[in-house]
Amino acid sequence: MKNSTRIVITGIGLASPNGNNLLEFRQNLLAGKSGVSKIETHYMGEVIAGICRFDPLKYQKKKELRRGTRAGSIAIYCAHEAILDSRLDFASIDKSRVGVYLGITEHGNVETENEIYNIKQYNYDVATWSHHHNPRTVANNPAGEVTMNVGITGPHYTLGAACAAGNIGIIQGLQMLLLGEVDLALGGGVSESPHTFGVFASFKNEGALASHPDPEKACRPFDRDRNGIVVSEGGCICVLERLSDALARNAKIYGEIVGYAVNSDAFDFILPNNQRQAECMHLALKKAGISPREIDIINTHATATREGDKVECKAIREVFGDTTNAYINNTKSYIGHTMGAAGALELVGNLPSFEDHMVHPTINVDNLDPECALKNLVLNKPVKVDKVDYILNTSFGMLGINSVLIVKRYTG
Amino acid sequence: MKADEIRAMILEVIHEIVPDEDLSNLKGDVRIREQIDMDSMDFLDILMELRKRYGIKVPEEDYMKLSTLNGSVAYLEPLMKNM
Repeated sequence: MKNSTRIVITGIGLASPNGNNLLEFRQNLLAGKSGVSKIETHYMGEVIAGICRFDPLKYQKKKELRRGTRAGSIAIYCAHEAILDSRLDFASIDKSRVGVYLGITEHGNVETENEIYNIKQYNYDVATWSHHHNPRTVANNPAGEVTMNVGITGPHYTLGAACAAGNIGIIQGLQMLLLGEVDLALGGGVSESPHTFGVFASFKNEGALASHPDPEKACRPFDRDRNGIVVSEGGCICVLERLSDALARNAKIYGEIVGYAVNSDAFDFILPNNQRQAECMHLALKKAGISPREIDIINTHATATREGDKVECKAIREVFGDTTNAYINNTKSYIGHTMGAAGALELVGNLPSFEDHMVHPTINVDNLDPECALKNLVLNKPVKVDKVDYILNTSFGMLGINSVLIVKRYTG
Repeated sequence: MKADEIRAMILEVIHEIVPDEDLSNLKGDVRIREQIDMDSMDFLDILMELRKRYGIKVPEEDYMKLSTLNGSVAYLEPLMKNM
């Protein structure tokens, strides 16, 4: 394979409820430190959520913050951090050859709810409806805010892919590089979902919203007593380059994306499907040209719903059987479900394993659900392993969209 | 509301809309948008605040009358004299 058709990750910017950069995020994953807390939201009162605590004024003016969206602000922070981390000489780069591809689960609910909340105070006089509503709610908003703030003139758009979107933002960036449409891609995902009461209310009325007296213990994938999702905000943007370009500038390479796949269940609005999830993993493995035995870490999608975790475990058993060497973990247990950011954020949280050989655990498992008792499931304490060459990351979403990424340790 | 109170109110609203700008040297007789970084959407935000706070609806043909601080005070004074 030519170096110009191999795509590598050379920069990472992230905002997570338990970390504002990869170092902090990683340290907290290995220390078992949750970032989930309680917040107040319209109509619902106190809810359990994951909120990011980065300084938005680091890269934005107050006016930009007022006019833009939370998703836009998170994406701008992540984009700047990713570019800085990549050590690219960004000022000298042709900005028309840079693309921004961000996965979103949903966008516009926050802004629409805020406007309705606002006009209610004025007896529903639509003359008080903000003229900022449309630019805030167009689906490309978070990616567009990045281009305006950073000065990128190449393509930008978001990819609506429910909770599989973070992986898909990275896949889109990879594909645009392979097609030669851009020379540098900012790919990842973003979420502002905790600021819309509707997401909480919908999950609650579906019986899928986590509850627990201690918010840090609310998200408990694979635990017998798990009771649902913790809604979180977050963002993660990866700088993606062709290997040839990365080598030419002697860039730090976090890993090479060797396998990916996206497919559809064609089954149900909400319920997952283990057969299609397994097919998606097989497709990604086939693209990577490796067998399941070669995977060292599987970062699960598991959101801590009763059904979802069981179905994913079934899919993993179907693909990896009992002979797997892979250690299996989960990142949502620390940060909740960062929705559109989840795939990208959870993937990069594992990338330092290539160097430190540590696998962070899934936390909050007091009583393992027998149906989720996968071999090598890393529970509550990190595990030191001999080597990590391949990481597989799953991310699934409503309407039956599945995505899988496989990243390989760069060895030349 | 008296003229100086209206002027203070307008400055407070402008500060809310463009919080990064220094308003301390804003001249009353020069177009506001020539003195600070303020665009047409920001101007619409000012009108929105007048609507929300005081129920004042400025027709589009009068927008130019609010282009300076002095002009805004002169335009709003008769409308706000009983507020």
